[in-house]
Parts: sequence; structure tokens; C-alpha cells
Amino acid sequence: MPQVKFIEFNGTEHNIDANNGDSMMVVATSNLVPGIDADCGGECSCATCHVLIGADWQAKLGAANDTEESMLDLNPDRSAESRLSCQIIVSDHLDGIVINLPEFQY
Amino acid sequence: MSGIVIIGAGQAAGQAAASLRQAKYEGSITILGNETQPPYQRPPLSKQYLSGELGIDRVMVRPEKFYADQSIALHTGTRVESIDRSTKSVTTSSGDAYQYDKLLIATGSRPRILTIPGSDLSGIHYLRTIDDVDGIRTAMQTAKKICIVGGGYIGLEVAAVAVTSGLQVTVLEMEERILQRVTTPEMSEYYHELHAGRGVNIRVNTGVSGFEGEGHISAVLCGDEAIDADLVIVGIGIIPNIELAEAAGLDCNNGITVDDHCRTSDPDIYAAGDCTNHPNPIMGRRLRLESVPNAMEQARVSAANMLGGDKAYASVPWFWSDQYDLKLQMVGFSADGDTSVLRGDKTLNQFAVFYLKDGKVVSVDAVNSPKEFMVCKQLYGKTVDPSVLADTDVELKTLLN
Repeated sequence: MPQVKFIEFNGTEHNIDANNGDSMMVVATSNLVPGIDADCGGECSCATCHVLIGADWQAKLGAANDTEESMLDLNPDRSAESRLSCQIIVSDHLDGIVINLPEFQY
Repeated sequence: MSGIVIIGAGQAAGQAAASLRQAKYEGSITILGNETQPPYQRPPLSKQYLSGELGIDRVMVRPEKFYADQSIALHTGTRVESIDRSTKSVTTSSGDAYQYDKLLIATGSRPRILTIPGSDLSGIHYLRTIDDVDGIRTAMQTAKKICIVGGGYIGLEVAAVAVTSGLQVTVLEMEERILQRVTTPEMSEYYHELHAGRGVNIRVNTGVSGFEGEGHISAVLCGDEAIDADLVIVGIGIIPNIELAEAAGLDCNNGITVDDHCRTSDPDIYAAGDCTNHPNPIMGRRLRLESVPNAMEQARVSAANMLGGDKAYASVPWFWSDQYDLKLQMVGFSADGDTSVLRGDKTLNQFAVFYLKDGKVVSVDAVNSPKEFMVCKQLYGKTVDPSVLADTDVELKTLLN
């Protein structure tokens, strides 16, 4: 099982054994990681599962599709590390990924 | 053992339980739900779950194991019969009693049922639960002619799935246009043409007077006319489940009356989700919503306040509907507007209609236009020049400054 580390804005870490095929949003909500509201349930409709992922791990993810990019684009707090966790699917090659939670969702 | 009891096991219930544990509440949490599944997402039921694109595990809000791991006592298949406010307990149909310190009523809503001649024939379905949709999916495998009663979002989403899977589809709408209750004539016309173009036969101004068949449905009667059908889906709205609250003497008026902290008229009883009638401070009026984002937010508000917090509900409502490859995202209520502004090109199936009242943005219908949807959430209540909104050469971002 790939290991996923969520780090809250206050520094609290959540180390989770994630299931392949689940979205990072599901991993977070199923393990009570705060700050991921995920109101739309993973439809890429609400942008309440915003996370920050560093460049090294971003390189292993596919680029955001048009919808994800549109949802992120209008967030004034968006950074180069911004992604929507509902659009990132757990797989073995993401073992060890570190996902930070942004201040504005804190 | 006392603690927090939640009646209902839908999305509000699941979110409230999670929020309580997230807030480090260590007391007991009991969820009593009459369905057999743990909390799951309803929106995909009429969309990707009906089409088979999403399996049941992807529809669950959280894996079943979550509840045990978090010491949340989840009792499915359990119907609550009564709330006794004097002893602060609820009693189930099997006679079990649960004491509460705080109670959350998250009983949701149920489909409005047709009671006309023939409405007890087999082959007539409603759509609210996983079990409902499992029944519809099975029926769709052998059905040839499906008739959908009601041209609302549920009916049209089912029509899209059914016609895509090769069925002959008729939608019967008693009003003069589909989506009459929820959108403008302009959007109704767009969706009418969309479905007609995909082969759906839409009949407006057509009320259903009865159903015909020998045990199983064979035709839908509309006055003198009989429309052949071997499967019927009725989607004519929902009714909030307020009976338990009402019987317990809680104030109800088109939903369970709550304040902006999701408190009912009993300070130890809260309510969240479709069953509530709540004040919206942004809109300045009371609302009863049929909406997942509302259920989730009211669940979070209730959880915080049941633990002694002071969290007020203040969200602009938003909704979505998936039909074919079109995602419609809505903010607010288009009926609140006095002016509409089109941005984009309808013929490309990528456009948004903004609605303004006294020059202020109050709503949007955004088709395959997530940016317009997102910007409307942020522009809500702000004065914007309509000609700028309509101009696709103007980057929406610049309006946010």
C-alpha cells in the first residue's frame, strides 16, 4: 500500500496507508484529515479539496486537466503547487508522496 | 449511554459524525439510518451510478470500516419511530431506545409519490436510494420503452442515461416547459433542444392521469392518450422528512425550522440537510434546499455547535447536474435576477448565463464553464457591468479585483 503523508497548515502530520485507485480526497476524508471538505464528492465541482504538492512530486502526477485547471485558476491563493486532491489517484508510483494543506482551507 | 445521536444515515449524518471526531469529540456517536448502506453520495445515483460508470464503492462517502475505526456506532436498517424530548431518548421500530445529550435530525427527504389509477403496477420506479437505482438498472436491461414522469433534473439525468444506452425515451412534463420550477425559459429551451437532439421525446403540458397494464406497466395514460411504456420513472419532486420532528413538537414549516446555528426549537436538538428550513443571511430569507453542499455545511455547523461552538451557517447555495457530456453548475437562484447576461456560445455547448438584480450578480447557470461558476461564487452580491460579463475577451479574473 502506498504511503501518503498529509501535513496540515499547523504542521500536524497524517501518515496513511492508502488504497490504490482511491483519490487523495477520499484518502483524506476517510482518515479525518481536516481541511478537505470535498462537498461535491470528487466531481471536480467545488474546489474544496485544494492541496499543495511540491515540484518533485508534481512531476510524477499527470498535468491538471482543463476542468481542474479552471477550478484552480480563479482561486486568488492558488500557487504553482496547487492541485485538487479529488483528481489525484493513488498508485504505487506515488508511494511516499507529501501533500500539504493550504492555509485558506485551514 | 448518552452522547450524540444522529437520526438518518445520509450525507449530512456521515459528515456530522466525521466532523465531531475531527473536533476531537470523544463521547459516543450513534447513527440510526433506515437504509441498509452506510452514508453514501446521492448525486451520482441518477448519473454515473445509473450508467454503471461508478461502482458502489465509489459512491460511498467513506469506507464502512471508517465508522468502526472511529468508534461511531452505525446502525443501518434501523427506523426511528419517535423522539421523546422529556427523557431525551429516541426509540426505534424494534423497540430499542437510545439516550442522547444532543440529537441531530438528518432525515433528508423522500420522493413525492403519485397516487393515480394504476400507480401500484410493477415497473413504476422512484429514484432516491441505491436500492431504487439497483432496481432501475435491472429493469433497464430488458426495458425498451421508458417513460419519465417529470422534467426536472432527476428525470432529465435519467433520460440522458437511458437514451444513451439505447432505450426509447419519453419525458412527460405537466408544466409548459421542462425545469420550469428551477430555471429560466432560456435554459429550459436549451435543455429541451439538447435532449430532443439526442432522440428524447419531450412532451410538455402533459399531465399523467393513470397507468395501464396487467400487473406490469404497459402504458402511461395522459387523458385520452396512451403512451406505450414498459418502464416508468417518476421524478416529481421530494418531500422533507419532518414527521418525527413534528410528532415531537418541534417547530416545522416547510421543513424543520432551524436557526442559523442549525438549532431546532429544542436547544438540545439540531437538524441538517434537506429536511431543514433555515435562514440564509446572505440572501436575507429562509430556504429549504435539496442540495448536498447544504447538507454538508449544515452538518459541519451542527457538529461544531453541538460541541458548544458558535458557528453560523452562511453559504450561497450551489447545485450541479450532469447530462450527457454537459456539466451544468449553478450558483444561487436565477429567479432572483431581473436581468440575464449570456457569456459564451450556446451552439458550442459552453456558455454561462449570469443573472443580476439591481445590477448585482445573484446567480449563474454555467454549462461546461467551471470558471464562470467559480467566479460567480465570488462575485455574488457584487455590482458588475453586464457588458463586461458578456465579453469573453475579458478575463474573468480581472473582475475579482
